Amino acid sequence: MTSVSITVNGKTVSGEVEGRTLLSQFLRDDLKLTGTHVGCDTGQCGACTVHVDGKAVRSCNMLALEADGGEVSTIEGMANEDGSLGVIQAAFQEHHGLQCGFCTPGMVMAAADLLAANSSPSEADIRNHLEGNICRCTGYHNIIKSIQAAAAQLG
Amino acid sequence: MKNNLKGHAAGQPMPLVDGIEKVTGRAEFTADLETGDCLVGRILRSPVSHGRIIRVDTSKAEALDGVLAVVTGDDCAFTYGVIPIAMNEYPMARDKVRYRGEAVAAVAAVDAKTAERALELIELEIEELPASYTPAKSRADNAELLHDDKPGNIEREVHHKFGDPDAGFAAADLVREETFTCAEVNHAQMEPHAAMAEYDPEREHLTLHSVTQVPFYVHLTLARCLEIDTSRIRVIKPFVGGGFGSRTETLNFEIIVALLARKVGGKVMMRLSREETFITHRGRPDTEVTIKIGLTSQGRITAVDCQAVMSGGAYAGYGLVTILYAGALLHGLYDTPAVKYDGYRIYTNHPPCGAMRGHGTVDVRHSFECLLDRMARELGLDPFAVRRANTLTAPTRTANDLLVNSYGLNECMDKVEAASGWHERLGKMAPGRGLGMACSHYVSGAAKPVHWTGEPHAVVSMKLDFDGGVTAFTGASDIGQGSTTIVAMAAAEVLGIDMGRVRVVTNDSAVTPKDNGSYSSRVTFMVGNAAIEAAKELRQKLVDAAAEKLDANPDDIDCVGETFFVQGSSQSELPFQDVAILALAKEGTINVKGTFTCPPEAQGGKHRGGAVGSTMGFSYAAQVVEVSVDIDTGLITVEKVWVALDCGFAINPLAVEGQIEGSVWMGMGQALSEETHYISGLSVHANFLDYRVPTIVESPDIEAHIVESIDPLGPFGAKEAGEGALSGFPPALANAVANAIGLDPNFLPLTPGRISDALIKARRAARKKEAS
Repeated sequence: MTSVSITVNGKTVSGEVEGRTLLSQFLRDDLKLTGTHVGCDTGQCGACTVHVDGKAVRSCNMLALEADGGEVSTIEGMANEDGSLGVIQAAFQEHHGLQCGFCTPGMVMAAADLLAANSSPSEADIRNHLEGNICRCTGYHNIIKSIQAAAAQLG
Repeated sequence: MKNNLKGHAAGQPMPLVDGIEKVTGRAEFTADLETGDCLVGRILRSPVSHGRIIRVDTSKAEALDGVLAVVTGDDCAFTYGVIPIAMNEYPMARDKVRYRGEAVAAVAAVDAKTAERALELIELEIEELPASYTPAKSRADNAELLHDDKPGNIEREVHHKFGDPDAGFAAADLVREETFTCAEVNHAQMEPHAAMAEYDPEREHLTLHSVTQVPFYVHLTLARCLEIDTSRIRVIKPFVGGGFGSRTETLNFEIIVALLARKVGGKVMMRLSREETFITHRGRPDTEVTIKIGLTSQGRITAVDCQAVMSGGAYAGYGLVTILYAGALLHGLYDTPAVKYDGYRIYTNHPPCGAMRGHGTVDVRHSFECLLDRMARELGLDPFAVRRANTLTAPTRTANDLLVNSYGLNECMDKVEAASGWHERLGKMAPGRGLGMACSHYVSGAAKPVHWTGEPHAVVSMKLDFDGGVTAFTGASDIGQGSTTIVAMAAAEVLGIDMGRVRVVTNDSAVTPKDNGSYSSRVTFMVGNAAIEAAKELRQKLVDAAAEKLDANPDDIDCVGETFFVQGSSQSELPFQDVAILALAKEGTINVKGTFTCPPEAQGGKHRGGAVGSTMGFSYAAQVVEVSVDIDTGLITVEKVWVALDCGFAINPLAVEGQIEGSVWMGMGQALSEETHYISGLSVHANFLDYRVPTIVESPDIEAHIVESIDPLGPFGAKEAGEGALSGFPPALANAVANAIGLDPNFLPLTPGRISDALIKARRAARKKEAS
């Protein structure tokens, strides 16, 4: 077991992990941040997407140790300070960018990553950026609409 | 028909009432429920496709530190299966294993590492038997039988004849026959399977949380397999990450985790990997469809003859329903006066197939719509025209005695024909580009449930209490389709109250009324109607209380915007909260319920298998697909889809559009890239790289149109919206490919490799023809 100290959603947390503990396992099992979903365990579906040091990564493809000393944001950190929905979250809710909701946290995190780098993405930009995130319910149609709406609002 | 039902809730685009939990990560899925006291369950699976179990020795596993329980086939001698007359599966194999990956034993241990180590210590001795992976091999004279009571490995054969097909073909001006092969596909829902069981040895109570679409069936199966009285079982369905049919029957891990929990007298979490989730399967079977159609020169259908052969996998599951659906829904879309159908569901040594979105109909509809298009071409008829020559007029009954009560197909065709610019663009497109169209339909709920007990098909109860809140209780399983929102909307609409005043409590057998589950697109129709009836019952109590207070006739009382008033009078008004208190004063907490029972005339014909396909109302869909095909690589790109769906009435247009887009897109996956692949029975597709679900980059713009035919029996006139458009996509795509490059593919999926091969073959044939 090795100690790790990670700033998760603005709060520094520490814990003891095995060398093989994945970041997704640390978030879900140790920190009980179960909003990060594991859909495949093999980095193929994107449901477990979180931000590490400002970049979107698949938390099932990264060791918890690799995030030691870093800053991690998860879906639980995406709401506004008063608890109301963040702009991207609200857009997904309002524009029906979700159905079963299992891929949604990963989609929101991937969308946030895109909008941080590109405030007015084209439809092609959105599609290209989200290629690693699979949704099985929506046909992606309303996910694109949601991200466009969020981009317009964020200006 | 003009829609005059639009209210303050019903008919309004409504974001999902449980969407906030989903966008914040607060939604708890089964795997999220793991607590510190949970043991970890793991399953040992068969390494061979077919074999006799000689020995399962668990002693070393049991002796391992940290292992609390080991179970095998010896721990459960009861078969299970969703169809009462076809229960032939054990939670863990007993005498034989019949597919690679079948559960043989399971362990519960303190952690995953220990559980996995324990699996390695179980000694398994199996005498291998010859395996059959195709229907042809399974049906061969010398084939090893999977089940001793099923000669020829035929799980079920169906032979139906309605009208006079021979006379129909004799009267036709053009008769054509083709054979289509459609690969097996899987639901690939995003959430891997998981179940958590807790057994209280003092009270002898079992509680199961699972990813199921059918908690009621799971409940019955647990009682059967564990020999526990149903009253001592509680089944809870948390948030579920998609189903598409994969979870419409009890699955082995749900029983296994319960067996483990009882053995340890505690709590066990069973999380299946993505690979195991694929192996649990229950997808759409590999199907070979031979279809013959007779047409007059005007395009009128005179007769249809169809044979479907399905490679069903190793156990019955939903198989007999699938093979019946395939034949039954040859009817109901067009006027087909004479139809012969022969269906064969064959056992093979692969994971069992089951129900998947568009259950039973997709591959047959694909074949029919492709052949119809080719024949129209031969007759010089437009694809829309040939279909319009065969439309139905509601109300009517089909040749196989299905009720068609509302029919919006004409309007669906009009919409996509206009929106796609069909006539302006067809034949004038760039090389490699093309347009294709097809139609489809689906049931709004199976009119006869598989466990037929005579009780109502759906029950919703509603409570009004001191807080003025209305709570609806339903066993309807929301798996993302939005059923919880529909129940809330029905209550708000009927009662004239805000959505925010309504809470919906779902899927806890200790609390909510029984519901058959989320399958066959039954929920909006049946549960929606039950919710409306419950709300009407509650409304009457409130209206009576308001009438008494206002000294008016209850018939003159209305409630709009949470205010009760006497119609035509401006003076007397009472806020909802006050009326609630008046009503509660009479009897205390008000509990009401509504039910829905499918009318007998909707329950199908008297012939054997006549219940399958029977429904209160069919949804109808038409779609146009635009493609471009790269003839060098065989790569097909879907440029755009125009689709119109007749869902009767769109209670929640936002969710209806989402369902249309999702179902069209899922049809696209099957048509373009999705297929399972086995090597000697080993699932080699069981991950998201090899099982190719379309990515966002490969997915087209989908323009969805809603058509509202207002069904006489539907809730507010509504019918289903989540399945009807799916089966139209693959044939619309194939027809577009034919239009683009002149190739008529008789296979699914249309992968670049298959298209290239077919193009090469076609070029060779053309050269040969030229040379001779």
